[in-house]
Amino acid sequence: MGVTLNDYLLVSGLLFTIGFGGVLLRRNIIIIFMCLELMLNAANLSLVAFSRFNLGTDGLPNYNGQILVFFIITVAAAEVAVGLAIIVALYRARQTTHVEDINSLKF
Amino acid sequence: MSPILFWLFSILMLGFGVLVVLHRNPVASALSLVVSFLGLAVLFVSLDAYFIGVIQVLVYAGAVMVLFLFIIMLLDLKAEERRSWNPIALVGGVFVTLGFAALLIKVLHRFPDADKPFPPIAGSLSQMDDVHHVGLTLFTNYNLPFQVIGVLVLVATIGIVVLSKKELK
Repeated sequence: MGVTLNDYLLVSGLLFTIGFGGVLLRRNIIIIFMCLELMLNAANLSLVAFSRFNLGTDGLPNYNGQILVFFIITVAAAEVAVGLAIIVALYRARQTTHVEDINSLKF
Repeated sequence: MSPILFWLFSILMLGFGVLVVLHRNPVASALSLVVSFLGLAVLFVSLDAYFIGVIQVLVYAGAVMVLFLFIIMLLDLKAEERRSWNPIALVGGVFVTLGFAALLIKVLHRFPDADKPFPPIAGSLSQMDDVHHVGLTLFTNYNLPFQVIGVLVLVATIGIVVLSKKELK
């Protein structure tokens, strides 16, 4: 009994659920940001599993899926850098990373 | 990959993912996230995606998490003091999360390809072959998106410099 596609999708979905729960439950903006990264990585795992499952005509993995994962990782790295710069700017203005203390649109 | 190794690394990854959410100290959360990403990289390698596994370690567990830890140290975040929970938010969050997990398991249960094993790869795919194929696809079929990503990274770099200036004008 080998590992099936469903096992990978289940693990990927559970990882996404953990990230989702973290975004909903935690109040520290940096932890929320880390949980967003968990959710992105869960999507990556699904993509790679499907790329390995649906072999191309040459019998190799479907590399289009892996290219999408490559682009997701690149965009996520850029997003983390910009997001953390925004968090630093926010911390300079408000001296807090607690989302419940940041509840006005303008200050 | 043998099922034992698969479940070992899956449980490692998910367990440290839970620790990211549960830890009160942001530094401990970030280090748990590193271990979680390393477990995920092992799963990528088990799917014969060697290149993705390597950049997962280099970019995510390396660069991105160093940036997170750097910002946590820069802001000098302490472990959160225990705050009173808003009971509605807590119940709502747990309810939505568990509901999502239940829905996911229900959907996967009805998935038609559920119990098919992974088909074997034609010939043997070495690590170098994998990088070769990824590079070939990236620089032929996906050359334009690749250039666009380059512009995106440039824009992000400029954006960070502007955001980090002392006086935002």
